[in-house]
Amino acid sequence: MAELNISERQAGDVTVLDLSGKITIGEGSVSLRSAIRRLIDEGKKKILLNLADVGYVDSSGIGELVSSYTTIGREGGQLKLLNLTQKIQDLLAITKLLTVFDVYEDEATALNSFK
Amino acid sequence: MTDETTELVLPSRVESIAEAAAAADEVARRLALSEEAAYGLDLAVREAVTNAVLHGNKQDARLSVEITFADTGAQLVVTVRDRGAGFDPAHVADPTDPQNLLKASGRGILFMRSFMDEVEWTRHPEGGTVVRMTKKK
Repeated sequence: MAELNISERQAGDVTVLDLSGKITIGEGSVSLRSAIRRLIDEGKKKILLNLADVGYVDSSGIGELVSSYTTIGREGGQLKLLNLTQKIQDLLAITKLLTVFDVYEDEATALNSFK
Repeated sequence: MTDETTELVLPSRVESIAEAAAAADEVARRLALSEEAAYGLDLAVREAVTNAVLHGNKQDARLSVEITFADTGAQLVVTVRDRGAGFDPAHVADPTDPQNLLKASGRGILFMRSFMDEVEWTRHPEGGTVVRMTKKK
């Protein structure tokens, strides 16, 4: 089983990536990077990452979230986060990244925020 | 109370990071650490071994990373030694500084310090850097 599973769905012009597993150095971080690059290549630049089933993130994974955010931003798009687990929320607080990311607990609200 | 030490010697490759974390999880189970403490130990060990593999030994598989977990009774002491040229943690940029917030790396030491009670770096007399991390039980 892959370290990080990513399933994609479309909600209007927003692409939602439902992530499950670990975003850690190696396979997990690389999988996320590849998925984001593919979406950009396909012209999909409104991306919502659903992290509800991500049980573990290390500093590499946090770095990958930041890279995804800056890469999408450079392309004129937006990347937002949905359903942070307590562990991820704590890591984003420690790193002061909670103020950087647009974070939502409710998918409908998150989707509407892209309009 | 008997002291108990677990030692691992791993090659400098990314796969060793998960192997070290698995050993940390086993130690946490054996010592019946709380879930929160076990998570912090796992993350700190991952970050320390990541630094050793990537920055210390620069993924040169001929160079080993040595990890010890020592139960001293009141605390768990973890050491991670690489064979690299060494570094001064005082010169590592603060990842929470606004100008560094959007950098893709540089947060590992912050996590080690956040989840362990004490973290210190020394030069090993025979070469390499040793990071010593302490967690009160």
